[in-house]
Amino acid sequence: MQTSNADILLELDGIHHAYGDHPVVSDLSLQLARGHIGCLLGPSGCGKTTVLRLIAGFENVREGEIRINGSAVSRKGWALPPEKRQVGMVFQDYALFPHLTLADNVGFGLHRLPARDRKERVDHLLDVVGLAADHKKYPHELSGGQQQRVALARALAPQPALLLLDEPFSNLDVDLRERLSQEVREILKSQNATAILVTHDQHEAFAMADEIGVMHQGKLQQWDSAYNIYHRPANRFVADFVGRGVLLPGTVLNPREVETALGVLPCLAPEGSAAGSPVDILLRPDDIVHDDSGPLFAEVLHKAFRGADIVYTLGLDGGARVLSLVPSHHNHALGDKIGIRLDIDHVVAFPR
Amino acid sequence: MNPASTAPIATAPLPGAFARFRPDGWRLIAFGVAVLVVVPLLVVFSSLLSPEEEIWAHLAEHVLPGLLLNTFWLVLGVAAGTVVLGVSLAWLAAVCEFPGRRFFAWAMLLPMALPAYVSAFVFVGLLDFTGPVQTWLREIFGANIWFPRIRSTGGVIAVMSLTLYPYVYLLAKNAFATQGKRALEAAQSLGHSRVSGFFRVALPMARPWIAGGMMLALMETLADFGTVSVFNYDTFTTAIYKAWFGLFSLSAASQLASLLIVIVFAVLLVEQLSRSRMRYTQAGKHAQDKDRIVLTRGAARLASVYCTLVLGVAFLIPVAQLALWSWQVFGQDFDSRYLEFLWHSLALSGIAALLTAACALLLAYAKRYHRDPWTAGAVRIATLGYALPGPVLAVGIFVALAWLDNFLAANLKEHLRIETGLLLQGTLLVMLPAYLVRFLAAGYHPVDSAMQRLTRSIDEASRSLGVGGMTMLRRVHLPVLRGGLLTGLVLVFMDVMKEMPITLMTRPFGWDTLAVRIFEMTSEGEWERAALPAVALVAAGLIPIFFVARHADIQR
Repeated sequence: MQTSNADILLELDGIHHAYGDHPVVSDLSLQLARGHIGCLLGPSGCGKTTVLRLIAGFENVREGEIRINGSAVSRKGWALPPEKRQVGMVFQDYALFPHLTLADNVGFGLHRLPARDRKERVDHLLDVVGLAADHKKYPHELSGGQQQRVALARALAPQPALLLLDEPFSNLDVDLRERLSQEVREILKSQNATAILVTHDQHEAFAMADEIGVMHQGKLQQWDSAYNIYHRPANRFVADFVGRGVLLPGTVLNPREVETALGVLPCLAPEGSAAGSPVDILLRPDDIVHDDSGPLFAEVLHKAFRGADIVYTLGLDGGARVLSLVPSHHNHALGDKIGIRLDIDHVVAFPR
Repeated sequence: MNPASTAPIATAPLPGAFARFRPDGWRLIAFGVAVLVVVPLLVVFSSLLSPEEEIWAHLAEHVLPGLLLNTFWLVLGVAAGTVVLGVSLAWLAAVCEFPGRRFFAWAMLLPMALPAYVSAFVFVGLLDFTGPVQTWLREIFGANIWFPRIRSTGGVIAVMSLTLYPYVYLLAKNAFATQGKRALEAAQSLGHSRVSGFFRVALPMARPWIAGGMMLALMETLADFGTVSVFNYDTFTTAIYKAWFGLFSLSAASQLASLLIVIVFAVLLVEQLSRSRMRYTQAGKHAQDKDRIVLTRGAARLASVYCTLVLGVAFLIPVAQLALWSWQVFGQDFDSRYLEFLWHSLALSGIAALLTAACALLLAYAKRYHRDPWTAGAVRIATLGYALPGPVLAVGIFVALAWLDNFLAANLKEHLRIETGLLLQGTLLVMLPAYLVRFLAAGYHPVDSAMQRLTRSIDEASRSLGVGGMTMLRRVHLPVLRGGLLTGLVLVFMDVMKEMPITLMTRPFGWDTLAVRIFEMTSEGEWERAALPAVALVAAGLIPIFFVARHADIQR
């Protein structure tokens, strides 16, 4: 990804934060380009929401620096107050003002605009989120999905430099979540907004984000594209947290090859690992393709029917297990021996 | 202090974030108000340590046994009366369908608008030996006709039950409306009849609510001063008054007060317990109209008659009689003195309401910014004053302030050589803290529930949209809190208007109010002349009924 320095909108530079003596974010750095949508993904309690609150200015960094458009907004002992940062936020509970109509909620942050411009902007945004007809309603008269869209329109209204979304879809049911996440991505792109999303749901992250950061125990494990997060995880945690798969034991032959139960595979061996050192390689279910003509054969130990496809758990000779994603009309019974082949350019290996 | 710019609002528990205790403005306010509740209690209890033996012996021998017995029967009778009336009416209003149900559902709250002492003097005036009813009966049936004595234990219990049952009614109705029908259906599906289902399922499920309402009614009973005075039925409150203003013994008064407090605490304990059980017993949705039990014609008629009867006796007859008496004495009594009573009542209530609402607001903010056990405990204690009977507060706060007064006067004299005399006694500074303590809960709860809508993210949303500080206070906080504040103001205003013992015992010289006037007229048996000031109180008392009716969705 080629981005010149001028295109960097948000920069976190080695930030730390703690509640009392309990560290929640440590030495976290990342850069987000203008117009991109970033996502912090991680299990609950990993510190991702705290990062969002640090960027918004509701908490202050203990160490490091946060820069927006190249100028610092937070560093040790100093912070620009949230109302001065031009950072919009969509809250997990939406936090709509209960005493104001939709139009007034959306217009809340436009208090410096003349009345006519304000109305124009409010109308435009309500139109964008598809709630123009409801502008006189109050928040409690809306469904969850509608409230979510009002919260988005309200945050977008003052044209913030950066938009933060804190688990924006977690209060919605699954169907709506999927539809709305695409809708929100389109809205953000149409407004040319730069945004950071926080979620624990990888599907949401994949659907929304240009770049994804996986967090664990206050540390950023990897900041990368969705493809790389999935297929080239930086470490075991990322490999385990994102997607399914198995770790298959193997032995390094040379810096570019590893020997496993599935044969010799092309691989980038971990740095500094000598020939003969033991590693685990990551195999995703879609790395192993069903092919009646082989070259390998494995026994079906378990199957999970998922509609369009079936995930088979296969036993290899020698006892190792792998997962395979197979179109669902290839329906095999438990105990069958089926042919498989690998569909990979190279695999990721972790030192054991 | 600007709530918008101080510490961030307490969040969900974060490890290690708030085990520490740090004093700051908000906490100090909460602790200050809590101290105001605790000090009169300490004062009253400390009198147990220094008894004036002669008076104490007199009290123990001649006064206490009667007081305890009277209190026992009164509490027992009112408990039974309010539960029978409240539960039966609540069941009809919440679960059944009969002609007039919608009207009765809120109208059954009307008796709350009548201070019990007003109903009391109306009924005594009506039914006493010299009253119109007995006089009329004697004219028809001769002089020897038997009539139950109205100034009796039964009389007090009846009048109090009729004015206090709405406490039970309100809570029980809520319980029945949210769980009554469903529970009944479950019982019926398991082979119980409706009647057995009511007693075996619906009633036990509503028990925390019923008990809570009953305990509130009993607190009012124990705190009551006006009603028992009208009936000459001696209880602790009247005994405290007599000890102070008859025997001129403050120490005897506080010793009696300390005994009363012990009884009140027992009731308070049960009430708080049932509150926490209400919180943990799940309530479902409000029943829909189509789910109601439609009564058969005979039963429906009986239900209507029963509701009409209770409403008539508890509200319509007393109000009609008040109106009649007021009309009779209007020419004679509506004069500049009456306007002065009215003015004093309004002024006192206004000042007390503003003060209390302000404290309620500060407490609610304190709780919002500090969700630690210290602040929560202080707020809890600060809002427990509703349980303390007026005479106890009057004694406790008067003694504390008198001590402070003497201390100030002596020190000023010694160090600054200024002869100040007494600074605090005989001023509003005695009454206002007493009102504040007694009615803070009434003002606090509506403000607090409005505050629940101001979540932490609401503040953050406002700030992320560029609106912080005082502007946020004006554009977000105030509009959201306005309704709750207004409700709190009105409730406290009306409560202070009706309040009798604190006003009577601690008012500055010349500050006679409507309630004081009623006390003076009724203690001379001049029922007709007590009616005119009572009308103003009843009119004022109707306002909060409409507030409550609106908030409780009572017409559903």
